[in-house]
Amino acid sequence: MAVQLMQEMWQGEISTVTIGAVKEEGGSRAYSIKIGGEQSLPCLFKEGAIPNKPEIAFEIWDIAPNDWPSELSKEYGHALNDPFLWAEKCVKEYKARSLCVRLQGAHPDSGDKGPGEEAAFIRQLLDKVNVPLIILGTGDDTKDNLLLPACSEAAKGERCLIGSAVQDNYKTIAVSLLADGHNIIAESPIDINIAKQLNILISDMGLPLERIVINPTIGALGYGLEYAYSIMERARLAALSGDKTVASPFVCFVGQEAWRAKEAKVEDSRQGVMWEVLTATALIQAGADLLVMRHPLAIEKVNKYIDKLCS
Amino acid sequence: MALSGLDIYRLLPKTNCRECGFATCLVFAMQLAKKAVSIDKCPSLSKESRAALEASAQPPIKLVTLGIGEAKFEAGNESVMFRHEEKFHRPCGIGFIIEDSLSNVLIKDKIIKINKLKFERIGQKLEVNLVAIKQKESAKRFTEVVKLVADNTSLALVLMSDDLTGLKQALDITANRKPLIYHATKENLPQIAELAKDYNAALVATGEDLDAVSGLTVELNNLGISELILETGDKPIAEKIWDLTQMRRLALKKNNRSLGYPSLVVINQADPFEEAQEAASYIAKYAGIVLIKGVEPFEILPLVTLRQNIYSDPQKPLQIEPKLYPIGQVNDKSPVLVTTNFSLTYYTVLGEVEASKIPSYIVSVDTEGMSVLTAWAAEKFTPHKITESINKLGVKDAVKHKRLIIPGYVAVISGELEDESGFEIIVGPKEAAGIPSFLKNLPINT
Ligand code: SF4
Repeated sequence: MAVQLMQEMWQGEISTVTIGAVKEEGGSRAYSIKIGGEQSLPCLFKEGAIPNKPEIAFEIWDIAPNDWPSELSKEYGHALNDPFLWAEKCVKEYKARSLCVRLQGAHPDSGDKGPGEEAAFIRQLLDKVNVPLIILGTGDDTKDNLLLPACSEAAKGERCLIGSAVQDNYKTIAVSLLADGHNIIAESPIDINIAKQLNILISDMGLPLERIVINPTIGALGYGLEYAYSIMERARLAALSGDKTVASPFVCFVGQEAWRAKEAKVEDSRQGVMWEVLTATALIQAGADLLVMRHPLAIEKVNKYIDKLCS
Repeated sequence: MALSGLDIYRLLPKTNCRECGFATCLVFAMQLAKKAVSIDKCPSLSKESRAALEASAQPPIKLVTLGIGEAKFEAGNESVMFRHEEKFHRPCGIGFIIEDSLSNVLIKDKIIKINKLKFERIGQKLEVNLVAIKQKESAKRFTEVVKLVADNTSLALVLMSDDLTGLKQALDITANRKPLIYHATKENLPQIAELAKDYNAALVATGEDLDAVSGLTVELNNLGISELILETGDKPIAEKIWDLTQMRRLALKKNNRSLGYPSLVVINQADPFEEAQEAASYIAKYAGIVLIKGVEPFEILPLVTLRQNIYSDPQKPLQIEPKLYPIGQVNDKSPVLVTTNFSLTYYTVLGEVEASKIPSYIVSVDTEGMSVLTAWAAEKFTPHKITESINKLGVKDAVKHKRLIIPGYVAVISGELEDESGFEIIVGPKEAAGIPSFLKNLPINT
C-alpha cells in the first residue's frame, strides 16, 4: 500500500554567510567556508536544499585559559601557552577548517591587553594560519567597543566573523565590521524576539542580513540545552515560512558551555568528550550552522557525524 | 486527529430524526465533537461512518505498554511535531541489546552494569528502560539467555529473533512480563501474529520503508493485533529521520492509522560516540525506543540527560519548593546564599556548595521557576520579593548573623535589598562555578 507522504513546502530560505576571503577577494585565506542557505529543516533533504554542511571551528585563546578542566587542556599541552603554536596545531594536526579566537587576554579581569596589542596579534595570527577566522571579544561592552574595531581593521578584507554584538551594544561594532568587510555575530539571550530586533537594528545600520550570524546563546546538555534547542527550532520555522529577520545561520558556542558542566569534569575523560559531542549533535538537529568546539576528539566525532548526515 | 463538528456532521445520516435526543444531526455532531455524548445514541449511523468516528476518537499515536511493575514502560500518545508546540510526552525508551552468543559470565556482567544505570539530575530520576535479547545461536541457548536476563533484571524485555521456535520458548517463560516481540516481517507475518496473539505480547513490525510498514500494520490489524511498534529498515541517519518524521506527521496531521504507532530504531555502531550520536538524533526526532549496545555510564548519562532535556515541559520550567535548604552540617554561623527556585539554577548552586564542603544555607526564592536574570528582569527577584522570602522561610531563626550572599548577576539590587531586608549584602560570583572559591575565601568573622 503506497503511503501518501506529507511534504512541507517552504518559501523562505536561510541566508548564506561566507567566512574568509581568498586572495582574489582581497584576503589571504586559503579558502572560504559557507554556512546557512538551508531551504529545509535539519536533515530533511527531501523538502528543500541544504547546500552547506554545518561547520566546526576550533576555539583558541590569546592567553592560556585558566578555567579549562585538565581533561580538556591536556589535549593541547604546552601549546596553550603560545596561541600561534596552538593555532598551528589545530590546523596542521587536527585539520581545523576554521578557527575561533577568543581575546580573553583583553578582558579587564584577565590581563586587560590593549586594543593595539590585540590587533597586532590578530594580524600576526592571520599571517601564520590561512584558514577562515572568527574573532570574539571579551563580553565587556566598553572594552569590546575599543577592541573589536581595532581587530576589525587589522583583519580588513579577510572577511572574518566577529562578535559579539548585543542589543545594548552593537553600533560601534557594526560600523567597523561594515567598513572592513566582515560578518557580525548578533547575540541574543535565548529570546527569539530580541534576536529579530537585533538583526533589524544591525541591518538598519547598513550591514546586510547576509552578513549576520545569530548566536542564540546555548546552554550545555543538562544545563538548559532545551531552551536554545526550541528557540532555534522556532526561529527556523519562522525563517522558512518567510520571516527574513530571523533567517540567519546560527553559531553555537558548544565547547564553552559543555566544558563548564560538572559532568564533563570527571575522571573518565570520555564523559567530557561525550558531553561536548552530544551538545553539538542535539544543536545540529535544531539547526546549528557553525559550532565552536574545544576537544579535538569531540570535533573529530562531530565532523564524522556531519559527514554521515550529509552523505 | 480529532474531527471538527462539521467533519462529524458530514458522516451523520442528516435526517434529523431526533432519535439521539437532539433536535438535529448538526446539534448532535457538535455535542460529539465536544465528546459530550456517545456515538451509540444515533441508531442510524452507517458502518463506515461509525468506523471513521471511532478511529477519530482514538489517539493518533497508539499508547503501547511494555514491562510490568516499576519497570513499566510506555510509548506513544504523542501529539506534536515540535516540543515548543506543547511538549513531548513519553520519554524515548533506551534499551540494550545482549546477544545470546556471549558467555553467561559476560551476560551477567552486562546486566549488572545495566541495572546500575540509574542517575539523578535536577531532582529527577533518570533511568534506562529495556533489555533486548538477540538470538544468534540455537532456540535452546536463546531461551536459556532470556531466562538468565529475566532473572537478573526487572526492566522490560525485548525478544529479538527470526526463529519462531526460539521466540515461542522465550515467550513461555516471559509472557507475564509483557515483553516486546521483535519482529514481524512480510516473511513471517501470519505465524508471528499468532504468537503475539497467543501470548498477548506487543510486536515490532519491520518493513523496508513506510509503504511496507504500513502494509504490515494493516494486515496485523486485520488479524486482530494492535499493540504495535514500527521500524523501517537499516538506513543512513538522515533517511531514518525522514521516516520517523513522516510517521509522526502522517499520524498526527493526516490521521494515518496504519502509521499511528510508536517507533523503534536499532542502532548498529561499535564506536560509543557514534552510537550515542545516532541515539541522540533519534531521541530528538521522534523515536519511541532506541536499542543500543553500549552500557558504560560515560555514554548513558549524557544520553539520558539529553532525553530529559528534550522531553521536559517547555511551558513549565522545573521548579523546586521555595525553602531554606540546609546543606551539610550547618550551624547558626553558616553562610546564607540566595538563589531562585528554578531547578536548574538551584541544583547548579547546590552542586557547587556541596563541592565547597562548607556547610551553608541556600534560600530558594519563589521566582515561579525562572532563572536569576530572567526572574530579575520579570520583577520576580526584587529586593522586596527576596525580603519577603527570607522572612517567611525563617532565615532569621536559622542563623545569628545578618549576611546574605546574592548572585553576582544581580549586584545592582544590593543597596536596596540591604535597606529593605536589614541584612548586609555580599555579592557572590556571577557563575555558580565560582562558589567554592568564593565560600572558601569568605572571611569567617561571625
Ligand atoms: S439520531 Fe442520528 S440521524 Fe437522527 S437526528 Fe440524531 S444524529 Fe441525526
